[in-house]
Amino acid sequence: MESLPTLWFVMIGFFFTGYLFLEGFDLGVGMLMKLFARSNTERRVLLNTIGPVWDGNEVWLITAGAMLFAAFPHWYASLLAGLYVPLVLVLLALIFRAVGFEYRGKADSDRWRAGWDWAIALGSLVSAFGVGAMLAVTTTGLPLDANGDRVGGPFVWLTGYAVLGGLAVTGFCLIHALAFLMLKTDGEVRHRARRALCRWLPLGLVPLAAWALLVVLAHGKATTWAALAVAALGAAAARLLAGRGLEGPAFAALGVFLLAGAGAIFAAVYPTVLPSTVDPAFSLTVANASSSDYTLGVMSVVALFGIPAVLAYQIYTYWVFRKRVGPAHIPAAHAVRPQ
Amino acid sequence: MEALEIARWQFGITTVYHFLMVPLTIGLGLVVASLQTAWFVTGGEQYLRMTKFWGKLFLINFIMGVATGLVQEFQFGLAWSEYSRFVGDVFGAPLAMESLLAFFTESIFLGLWIFGWQRLPRAVHLLSIWAATLASIGSAYFILAANSWMQHPVGVEMVDGRPVLVDIWAVLTNNTLLVAFPHTVLGAFSVAGGFLLGIAWYHLWKRRRDGIDTVDAGGRVVVGSQPATGRDAADHKVWLQSLRIGAVVALVSFAGVSLTGDVQAKLMFQQQPMKMAAAEAACHDGTGFSVLSVGDLGSQDCDEIVAVIEVPGLLSFLANGDFTTEVKGVNTLIPEYQERYGTTVPENPAYGERAGQPVDYVPVMEVTYWGFRIMITFGMLAAAAALVALWLVRKGTVPASRWLMRLAVLGILAPFGANSAGWIFTEMGRQPFVVAPNPDPNGIDDVFMFTAAAVSPGVSLPELVFSLSAFTLVYLALLVVEVKLLAAYCRGGVPAAMPELLPGHGGSSQDRHDDGDGGSGPGTGGKDGGDVLAFAY
Ligand code: HDD
Ligand code: HEM
Ligand code: HEM
Repeated sequence: MESLPTLWFVMIGFFFTGYLFLEGFDLGVGMLMKLFARSNTERRVLLNTIGPVWDGNEVWLITAGAMLFAAFPHWYASLLAGLYVPLVLVLLALIFRAVGFEYRGKADSDRWRAGWDWAIALGSLVSAFGVGAMLAVTTTGLPLDANGDRVGGPFVWLTGYAVLGGLAVTGFCLIHALAFLMLKTDGEVRHRARRALCRWLPLGLVPLAAWALLVVLAHGKATTWAALAVAALGAAAARLLAGRGLEGPAFAALGVFLLAGAGAIFAAVYPTVLPSTVDPAFSLTVANASSSDYTLGVMSVVALFGIPAVLAYQIYTYWVFRKRVGPAHIPAAHAVRPQ
Repeated sequence: MEALEIARWQFGITTVYHFLMVPLTIGLGLVVASLQTAWFVTGGEQYLRMTKFWGKLFLINFIMGVATGLVQEFQFGLAWSEYSRFVGDVFGAPLAMESLLAFFTESIFLGLWIFGWQRLPRAVHLLSIWAATLASIGSAYFILAANSWMQHPVGVEMVDGRPVLVDIWAVLTNNTLLVAFPHTVLGAFSVAGGFLLGIAWYHLWKRRRDGIDTVDAGGRVVVGSQPATGRDAADHKVWLQSLRIGAVVALVSFAGVSLTGDVQAKLMFQQQPMKMAAAEAACHDGTGFSVLSVGDLGSQDCDEIVAVIEVPGLLSFLANGDFTTEVKGVNTLIPEYQERYGTTVPENPAYGERAGQPVDYVPVMEVTYWGFRIMITFGMLAAAAALVALWLVRKGTVPASRWLMRLAVLGILAPFGANSAGWIFTEMGRQPFVVAPNPDPNGIDDVFMFTAAAVSPGVSLPELVFSLSAFTLVYLALLVVEVKLLAAYCRGGVPAAMPELLPGHGGSSQDRHDDGDGGSGPGTGGKDGGDVLAFAY
């Protein structure tokens, strides 16, 4: 009966997972600006691997937010207002990161660059952790009253689960970024990225696997257990393939891990979209949080035309910029002087 | 202060700030795309330089539009959750369309454009800047569809106290939208016009000050050259043409905003009579347009306001297209609003302590009255300045006067001011409603929401104070950074975007003509590698 709201639940899951898959590596590359790159040239190599694509990746988050508003206004309202403080922090972090990408190279001074490097690295860390924490809270719930408003203080969301979710996304982004760098760079950086990937992959993916496992243990169905198994296989395959130097397949296997893991989580919580920890009767579900069928129908038509177009030109961009970036491609910095 | 006030300040500050970047993005985008087209078609060296120079400034500004737009997308849920619940069925749809159809196109094709110099076929590269620009204009359409619905709710039915969408086409062809869209986009073009004019003037003036260009006895320019700073004869063309293009764009867009603004005013007299009466500080019914009113506009007491200069009949002309129809004043409208929407705030827990208190239907008149006048005056000033500038540069350069140069640079601010004033007027003139009821017989009358009921009930005062201060401080700091960067790149002139123009930078000028990019600094793979990233990060 609830076919349209269910379809839109899948769409929301699709956009959030797409966001994690795409922006995952550019958030990770942002963090690696401080954790991995050793010189200014290496930092510029890192930046230029994501340069042409990061903004398009970020629009997945904006679209996920807008779709949430259009399809599930009650979910949008309760979640965002309930997670007020972490969301504001994530937005500020995303601002610093975006501006850092664009402005870092616009003046030739070490202090200027160092400042923006921190803005990019911390901005990426806070966004990744915050997005993870908020998604985790979405699966475990908030103290919501009958109207869907948060009762309790600004920090009631800050539970062990939220921290686990934050670690999960942060860890995944770092691993995903190493795999991306291994695929997109040349020379020294590429080999170091591969070695780091092989070394840290198991540790980096544990929190996400643990979160998925906990959710499936609580609400599991046969399908979600199957998805979880696929995710585990994906992770193992990524490690093996990276060890053999099969870079493309390793990256793809990591993608399978994310898609199956996130799929397991979304499928396990369905049909609840935001549980209330005060009283299950106040929980938001696919049925009571969604827009009218007319609105959902309109949005379905829009998505039918929009999504293929987006995928087409995003794939085109990745194809145009498929070449590896290496230190040899980085031109000298130039100072801007008054004429 | 209470949560409501803080939430309103936050929305106002973040949105007005976003709309400093937006018109420049929309306007400059179109300029850059047109210039690149001119280069594509004619191969003129000056067009390439103009594309790169204005393109650089465009990017410095664009990113701030993206960064602040992010906040906009989530603001409705953050501090205005009751609003989001109330309007969600209608309001989210245009927002989602904007994201999926416009933002993706904009950001992806801009990435292709920034990094695609040399790598993409020239025609595809040109198409990407057009795609990005048209998408940013498209995004304006969708977001204005959402905003126009708040001014003039259409296409819905009330079900259980909430508007439910029944006709998306009505929302997308709302008559308020159909005039607000050209008005806003043309207003954005006028920002780009003033920007080109002011900066180009500065460079022409500096060429004269540095003794590069001189004028002959008849006042005609004698173009010189100073290779050490990259200021050759083509450089003169860059600035002279930029100045002329800027002036023409400013003039045409002013004509456009005047025409569309007139239609908007007529619609508003039907749809939101109180807003227009407040824009006029018109207390009593009448036909005259006040050019200047004195008295205590802020007292909210109409009887203290006296119109000193009034043009008889003009107000009727604005509202109805004739000179005699009486236009209702504030004092006539208050009882009408009270009769329709009640004299007190509804006894509903959503209103907290406000429930049961009297409603003030008159928006802050100081803001509406002056907002309306600042919008028109600043626009008019920019247009007049553009006309004068066109005449002054008819002989090929600007006067040597330092004061005129300063005025031209300062003039960049006027269209920005007109845009902010327009928005502040439109948004604050809608108060005390966030979704404004339309007494007009063609509108749907019972769809409205008081702003006081729209805030998030679960969000505490300290949270709002925290976010308001954080956003304000960060925005202020970033504004300083952006303006400094823009200023540095403006002073650097074309070589700021094309360092290869300076002697000793490597890359012969022949390469430049061949492949359209000369970013090949020392140590790069050169042009055969196709990996020149000088325009990028
Ligand atoms: C008339 C035009 C207009 C208006 C009224 C607004 N915007 Fe805007 N917005 C744009 C025109 C625009 C733009 C020109 O398309 C921008 C500016 C820079 C850019 O990247 O795109 C943009 C950027 C932008 C972005 C970032 C897009 C990206 O990452 O590429 C978001 C999420 C929003 N906006 C959201 C909003 C919301 C929720 C608004 C309402 C409160 C709003 N904007 C008002
Ligand atoms: C970018 C141009 C815009 C500017 C400069 C602008 C300006 C403002 C200002 C100054 C306020 C505060 C009014 C007050 O507190 O009295 C406000 C409020 C608001 N505006 Fe706009 N606005 C813009 C676009 C929009 C759009 C496109 C939407 C909807 C899609 C929108 C929705 C709102 C909402 C929900 C509020 C909060 C309620 C209120 O205080 O009225 N605004 N805006
Ligand atoms: C003779 C000149 C003008 C007239 C008669 C005029 C009229 C109007 C009116 C009536 C509105 C309110 C619409 C509403 O609330 O629904 C408005 C809004 C606005 N105006 Fe103007 N205007 C003029 C010039 C300008 C100029 C020069 C600019 C900017 C450069 C500008 C920018 C805006 C903006 C950004 C808004 C808010 C968005 C909107 O509602 O479209 N206007 N104008």
